[in-house]
Amino acid sequence: MNLEEIKNSHKLLGTFNYQLGQIDKGYTNRTLYVNLSAKTFAEKPVTELMKQKFIGGRGFGLKLLWDGINDNTKWNDPENELIIAPGPIGGITQYPGAGKSYVVGLSPLTQSAMDSNVGGYFGPFLKFSGWDALEIQGKAERDVILFIDGTKGTVTLEEAPLEELNSHILIEQLTEMYAESEEDKVNVSVVTAGEAAQHTLIGLLNFSFYDTRRKAVRIKQAGRGGLGTVFRDKNIKALVIKSIKIRGDLNNPHDLSTLKKVGKKMHKEILSLDDSQCQMRKAGTTHIVKIMNDYDLLPVCNYKFGSDPNANNITHTVLISKYFNLNGHDECWYGCTLSCAKVINSFKLKTGPYKNKDVIVDGPEYETLSAAGSVLGVFDPEFVIETNFYCDTYGVDTISFGTLTAFVMECYENGVINQDITGGLKLNFGNAEAALELLHQMAKGEGFGVIAGLGIRRMKKLFIEKYGANPDFLQDIGMEVKGLEFSEYVTKESLAQQGGYGLTNKGPQHDEAWVIFMDMVNNQIPTFEDKAEALFYYPMFRTWFSLVGLCKLPWNDIVPADNHTTAEPAKVPEHVQNYVEIYNGVTGSDIDNNELIRQSEVVYNFHRVFNLRMGYGTREFDQVPYRAVGPVTAEEYESRQDRYDRQLKEILDLNTAEKTTEEKVRILRNYREEQYQKLCDAVYLRRGWNSNGIPTLETLQRLGIDFPEVAEVVKKYS
Amino acid sequence: MIKVNGRDYPWRAELSVKQLLAEMNFTFPLIIVVINGKTVPKDEFTCTVIENGDDIQAIHLICGG
Ligand code: SF4
Repeated sequence: MNLEEIKNSHKLLGTFNYQLGQIDKGYTNRTLYVNLSAKTFAEKPVTELMKQKFIGGRGFGLKLLWDGINDNTKWNDPENELIIAPGPIGGITQYPGAGKSYVVGLSPLTQSAMDSNVGGYFGPFLKFSGWDALEIQGKAERDVILFIDGTKGTVTLEEAPLEELNSHILIEQLTEMYAESEEDKVNVSVVTAGEAAQHTLIGLLNFSFYDTRRKAVRIKQAGRGGLGTVFRDKNIKALVIKSIKIRGDLNNPHDLSTLKKVGKKMHKEILSLDDSQCQMRKAGTTHIVKIMNDYDLLPVCNYKFGSDPNANNITHTVLISKYFNLNGHDECWYGCTLSCAKVINSFKLKTGPYKNKDVIVDGPEYETLSAAGSVLGVFDPEFVIETNFYCDTYGVDTISFGTLTAFVMECYENGVINQDITGGLKLNFGNAEAALELLHQMAKGEGFGVIAGLGIRRMKKLFIEKYGANPDFLQDIGMEVKGLEFSEYVTKESLAQQGGYGLTNKGPQHDEAWVIFMDMVNNQIPTFEDKAEALFYYPMFRTWFSLVGLCKLPWNDIVPADNHTTAEPAKVPEHVQNYVEIYNGVTGSDIDNNELIRQSEVVYNFHRVFNLRMGYGTREFDQVPYRAVGPVTAEEYESRQDRYDRQLKEILDLNTAEKTTEEKVRILRNYREEQYQKLCDAVYLRRGWNSNGIPTLETLQRLGIDFPEVAEVVKKYS
Repeated sequence: MIKVNGRDYPWRAELSVKQLLAEMNFTFPLIIVVINGKTVPKDEFTCTVIENGDDIQAIHLICGG
């Protein structure tokens, strides 16, 4: 079918005309509201209070979602919303990593407020089209495309019956359809999900950008928490935006010269030091695979182990030499010299509906190399790349897919489920073909793929109720917290990182806190107070990126040459100062690094209260599966027996020679579980929360968010 | 005996910083080595010999993920 036919099949459901307006110091000062059920549109003002308290990005998303839903709203109710917001710094081109936007909505996995960050051009284009956020509520009756034309000031809602659903085709079709010429393609960005997003709860969103050098539409993913599932539940086929041509001053910053000065220094640093540091420009985040494997932190076989000799097959060395197409320009937004968004130009698929087709694959990144590789006991780069491609085009989060498939594999190997239940799939660790077939089933909404696509939390319940599984065992090995699957790090030897996953707002995703090396390797935070301080500072600092529209990677995946001479090298003080200057340079504010943390604390605590409002957000929901804490099985214990025996001797003065492995597993477990509880106590205290993990009224007052409706929620639990 | 990141590690004569990092499998490139409070420049890892009783910090600058 040709594009003309597809386009002609569109039926206009609604149009909204607006004044293009002016961006003022990083803000357009209004948000766009679209109701898909009523087919209505509205412009909402952004108040000074909203900017002061919620800053932008994830903060705006949480605030709009809080106002848009009620206490009983479920993820698939029409009232649930999807909000996309870039943040005030988002869209500048002078400093690397300034094109991120944030997607917020109620998650089908956690049933609470989820945020997921993403590159690609949609977020900045949204701002340059006149909006600080796009807020979508309601459900369309049939598949629709929402088109924002930021060159003309129009928004249209169009029924779109004929386009493909899977992303790699859909983004091509829509870029072609909405761009006026080849040159215009770079001004178009598309958001899509895919077939599996509508049959599973782990759907993701792809955000596109046009790569002019490769003449190809590329994608970045808002992966976590099933927001692609919400997108499809609303019958959205795609969002399309067309922007005016990008210029360095479009964000209309308060002081452009500061941005230029700080940006120039940073570009110089990256270009001169990246080669001798992390080689992000060459390897992207894939360089982490070898490091994690070397330090026993790479998830292998459902996080049983932290390394495997075969991991060499999926390291950056292999990807660089055989797969990546490197041209020195892999930025997912203008001006990102760190350029980590690697791509495979041509990959011949071996399975599925696109078998034998040559496709472009964005990635794989570190997380996918584990999720589609080591965590499944698979060390075949071709399988990882194929899974990466299909997860993206079907609209499935690679992290959740990998972690839940690893859980399924362990259940299968332990007889919790069998071939009768899996429909014949032999889901042993290492069976790459079976894992891919599971993914294809998710896309078709068939077979065991439908069950697996529910996520670990729901599978645990089902396996217990339907197949009589041992609940304790499933709780121990099911790597989820709050309903979200773990991202890809082994945390057994880092108590602080166990908290870094458990004591989070959205669930175990490493973008909030990643303190494994500080804790386990460097031993820099030995006491509970030290760990609590790290689990205060880093989550707050990292939250700030999500408020303003920045990527985390240029913060510490490159550091100044003299960083080691500073008082706190782990914080990379010079880069923190860069952020302060950029924020002030854009917004005209006068914040310092303490105020930066306080800005985050406001939104972080608001998110915690949001969880509470939805029925979560207390201590019981911060508990982690024991697999994240220590060895669940004798097999795991014995694989690192020297380490565990030594700890039992040194810490508990135990004569290990007199004990069986099972006894040692139990004793170690009692000790480690107790440590985790003590960690919770210390972190709650540092964050200004009570012993049940609830922000105290004093904390809300100190942060200026003791609004009646917020205080009301907290009072209910006091 | 020496201390590496606060933990005991057996000492032997002629042990260099480079050898120690290799033995510990400390492969991460952004690593700072401090011996008894004094930073060892990276280009001196091979020629710096560790003395018995030294207190060594091998700080990995990775806040990752
Ligand atoms: S560092 Fe990578 S992910 Fe971050 S903005 Fe740059 S290219 Fe995108």
